[in-house]
Amino acid sequence: MSFSPEQEELRATVRSFLDRHSDEAAVRRLMETDDGYDPAVWNLMGTQLGLQGLYIPEEYGGSGFSFAELCLVLEEMGARLLCAPFFASAVLAASALLESDDEEAKKDLLPGIASGETIATLAYSNDSGQPDGAVTATSTPAGYTLDGSRHFVLDGALADLILVVACADAGPSLFAVEKGADGLTPTRLPTMDLTRKQADLTFDDTPARLIGAEGSADEVLQRVLQLACVALVNESVGGARAVLEQATTYAKERLQFGRPIGSFQAIKHRCADMLVAVEGSRSAAYHAATVAATGDGQLAVIASLAKSYVSEAYFSVAAENIQVHGGIGFTWEHPAHLYFKRAKSAELLFGDPISHRELLAQRFGL
Amino acid sequence: MSPEELTAAIDALLRDHPPATTDPHEFFAARFDAGLAWVWVDPSDGGSNAEPALQGLVEQRLTEAGAPVPGAYNPIGIGMCGPTLLTHGTPEQRARYLRPLYTGEEIWCQLFSEPSAGSDVAGLAARARRDGDDWILDGQKVWTSFAHLSHRGLILARTDPTVPKHNGITAFVVDMHAPGVDVRPLRQLTGDAEFNEVFFDGVRIPDGDRLGDVGAGWRVGTTTLMNERVSLGGAIATREEPGAGLLESYRVAAARGEGNPVRRDQAIQLWIEANVNYLTAVRAAAGGNRGKPGPEGSVLKLTSAEFNQRAAEFQNDLLGPAGALLPAHEMRRPTLPYGSMGIPSTQTTFLRSRANTIEGGTSEILRNILGERVLGLPGDVRVDKGVAWKDVPR
Ligand SMILES: Cc1cc2nc3c(=O)[nH]c(=O)nc-3n(C[C@H](O)[C@H](O)[C@H](O)COP(=O)(O)OP(=O)(O)OC[C@H]3O[C@@H](n4cnc5c(N)ncnc54)[C@H](O)[C@@H]3O)c2cc1C
Repeated sequence: MSFSPEQEELRATVRSFLDRHSDEAAVRRLMETDDGYDPAVWNLMGTQLGLQGLYIPEEYGGSGFSFAELCLVLEEMGARLLCAPFFASAVLAASALLESDDEEAKKDLLPGIASGETIATLAYSNDSGQPDGAVTATSTPAGYTLDGSRHFVLDGALADLILVVACADAGPSLFAVEKGADGLTPTRLPTMDLTRKQADLTFDDTPARLIGAEGSADEVLQRVLQLACVALVNESVGGARAVLEQATTYAKERLQFGRPIGSFQAIKHRCADMLVAVEGSRSAAYHAATVAATGDGQLAVIASLAKSYVSEAYFSVAAENIQVHGGIGFTWEHPAHLYFKRAKSAELLFGDPISHRELLAQRFGL
Repeated sequence: MSPEELTAAIDALLRDHPPATTDPHEFFAARFDAGLAWVWVDPSDGGSNAEPALQGLVEQRLTEAGAPVPGAYNPIGIGMCGPTLLTHGTPEQRARYLRPLYTGEEIWCQLFSEPSAGSDVAGLAARARRDGDDWILDGQKVWTSFAHLSHRGLILARTDPTVPKHNGITAFVVDMHAPGVDVRPLRQLTGDAEFNEVFFDGVRIPDGDRLGDVGAGWRVGTTTLMNERVSLGGAIATREEPGAGLLESYRVAAARGEGNPVRRDQAIQLWIEANVNYLTAVRAAAGGNRGKPGPEGSVLKLTSAEFNQRAAEFQNDLLGPAGALLPAHEMRRPTLPYGSMGIPSTQTTFLRSRANTIEGGTSEILRNILGERVLGLPGDVRVDKGVAWKDVPR
């Protein structure tokens, strides 16, 4: 597949924005903060470029691009390890609302997400990362209340709006909870990947707004998680590209035994294998982005295929990058570990490679 | 000393210095004096002129008795510097340095690597020049594990830049508290700072602390490196049930409902590999030859590094999404005994394991050694062969 001139232009715009606002120094500064993002840059992203609303239709305050453009932007963000609640808000929360059948909620909530004024996230997983049980919803005359806990919520401690999957009488349902709601307690988690924050959330008689019909969240969540996998693998392609470039640049510059280390076959072959992995990842990720954008029925299959292949590939190239750099690659000062940790967190998010291969096997009736 | 005499010496040591109630440093001193440090060397050096293979017996008996492990108090000293002193030290140097090294009174570090000379250790640039009865040392070393705790360092320095690189190096013992030595922590990707950068600015080293002949430092260095590989790879030989921890991790994950046939198979594969490595280590120990490590050292270093990495990742991933959390983030500097920072989390162990294929010789370098020196395959084309060090591009 190839990108249109408009898409390439978007890529160039996002790249130069990230060059200015998400260089390594910015990443290191932000990753050490609690919330892990720069509100001023977040604002600029919304007002100058409209990135948060990129794939939200115009009628809800977005700019109406397709999921493919969102993926392309994520690839650039992944290459620069942008520290921002973008994935949580513009991917997870936005698609959860868009996939819901709730016109009113879309009209109410999407414009804020699109402009960046609202930072939103999705809370669906239990402490094994599975989307089940754990939170119950009770219907009262005054509305719904939630009880229980959700784990590993991306940017969960900072989000203004949390979309929660909870079990109501009619089954899994989607709810909206606002920051600071009664009985909502966020706990920041100490993440390995400091560039992407996570939190546990507990709900104790917490007032919540039902989104869509009671019992309708199963299908929504399945589809949102497939889209999340597609988005994440495109982000990962950016990171994989970046480490391949770091490794090859270093292999050409670093001299040992009077020669560039890249002239040793052991290193040359490692770099070549990295290239193979990155090219395979691009094929899988770009195709998945197209499938997600055109809404063709293959999404479940390609999402699992891509998640399994790309997250393993990203991890392996990020690890190889450390090896190619030798001792320097093992230091805090070198960016290699930032990508390595991002790759590990991406591998474990939304189902690890083994679980996606299991899904495929089941789908194929094996 | 015969096996029987050795056994009697071990019994006496344990009787007179019960490990549970004896200060570790005191215990090491008694062990050294009983000739149970390095059994194959002379009594004056902490040995008893026994068969090298009997070292395994000593380690096993003492481990069973719960004796403290000297390597935990002076990892680089015991694993690398001690054996190097035994091979290349003069009687005076051995008498001066070995006992306090063994007891952990004087911690040692190994100052080989430099910013531009890592795998190519012989490419080093730190300079020592003669000044009367002293040498004057200038330069920078890097990745020096435990330098911040060390009293002594084993250092390689260039004493003649006009000859090919291997011929212009001399080895010294350097006092890490001498004026002009500056140790700065270097943070690693786990967040901790085990290693350091070390700067030398006009540091005086008496000629009596030169190890080996002038210009013969490369030979001293290779002894250290061979021992490093043995000690890094060979650590598994003393481990009890190899791979048992992996099976236990799988059991725990399965009880949480996170088992599956793939992970189960991975657990068994890793368990098999752990046992094969262990058996190679045991075989290497049985063939132990007077402190001169053979190719098994490089084989074990290679396989155990790569195994460790896979095993650590396997255990990390068994945690599920919690595998992406990291309990401790602040920069910690290790103290001795090694491990006194507490048992590292599964996640930290996973991160630390990335160093295994780099430290003590990278896996690429080890494969070159196995291919060229053990199998006799033709070497790489050398562009620096016969070229004066100063003329080699770096
Ligand atoms: C945790 C840790 C602790 C350490 N502790 C110490 C210490 O206490 N004392 C000390 O002196 N050093 C120490 N080191 C340094 C270590 O020995 C070096 O990092 C290592 O030898 C690699 O050198 P380098 O980092 O310069 O990498 P480089 O030599 O630059 O290697 C970069 C890459 O090129 C490859 N390469 C280089 N040459 C060849 C070749 N000929 N053929 C094929 N591939 C090649 C390497 O395998 C590697 O992948 C430590 C390192 C670490 C990570």
